[in-house]
Amino acid sequence: MDLDFTTAELHRYSRHILLEEVGAIGQAKLRAARVLVVGAGGLGSPLSLYLAAAGVGTIGLIDHDVLELSNLQRQVAHTTARIGRNKAESAAETLAALNPGTRVEVHARRMDVAAALDLIPRYDIVCDGTDNFATRFLLGDACHLLQRPLVSAAVLRFEGQLSVFAGYDGMHPCHRCLHPEPPPPGLVPTCSEAGVLGAVTGVMGTLQAAEVLKLIMGIGDPLKGRLLLWDALDARFRTVRLKRDPGCALCGDQPAITDLAAHLEPAAPVCAI
Amino acid sequence: MSERIAITVNGEDREVAPGDTVAALLGAIGLDTRKVAVERNEEIVPRSTYATVALAQGDRLEIVHFIGGG
Repeated sequence: MDLDFTTAELHRYSRHILLEEVGAIGQAKLRAARVLVVGAGGLGSPLSLYLAAAGVGTIGLIDHDVLELSNLQRQVAHTTARIGRNKAESAAETLAALNPGTRVEVHARRMDVAAALDLIPRYDIVCDGTDNFATRFLLGDACHLLQRPLVSAAVLRFEGQLSVFAGYDGMHPCHRCLHPEPPPPGLVPTCSEAGVLGAVTGVMGTLQAAEVLKLIMGIGDPLKGRLLLWDALDARFRTVRLKRDPGCALCGDQPAITDLAAHLEPAAPVCAI
Repeated sequence: MSERIAITVNGEDREVAPGDTVAALLGAIGLDTRKVAVERNEEIVPRSTYATVALAQGDRLEIVHFIGGG
């Protein structure tokens, strides 16, 4: 591992390097890491800001959406002047200004099956900050099949949830052990329908960043097999233990899901992993 | 009918009738079974068994709402 740091790097990351659990080796691991952030929105903003500030070497940002005025109440990686721009591009500009030492790879495209198969293998860790169940289930399945840890956060109204899914290791649960199927369309509202307190996305995206940094450096106790829940109104955290379901369709003993075919648009060709 | 059964739901004490199932509890709370996950004594209850799993004295349940915003 490359442990050579410039004087400017030693200065920039001095408060990290001071930490016994991080040190120069942890900082070098961060610099060598490649993290994919899916969604440059409410979660992706604080998440990617803290990853860039921490000195993660390469951050991939994927988002097909353009910035809207209603995003700015929580999506703090953007600015008012950038309304109408692609969100991955906008966030990349902010990250570059914060830390020019981080390489940001912009993917201004939708996270679909083709993007999942193309991008996920190129990164060490994948972060879910998306706003819909279809993409969440695609990402969960793809990360499991491609054997990448998925650091998954979700928010709604005053509530946030966070977990790390790595069921491909045969020990920990996957996302489908918690929720086997997406809810029927329309049953669970989205943030655009039910609202979300901006600071809740900030808290959860920042917790998500902390889990990513821990995974990269191999320190602490990752949130694998645990679901962290936070309610802003109660100002209370809860942790629920998740167990591997032997009957799980994705990671169980006889998995029914072995490729991403179910996530393809109807009539599109099947492409197996 | 015999005595009520004491359980905790999300850390709060609650009583149910003998024989009440997870589905009955969710119904009494007013929750659609398709938008929650239920953990009973630190194990996720498979959704397909909500209508058959009877609650027992001292059960600790955590109800997790299915959310997906970003």
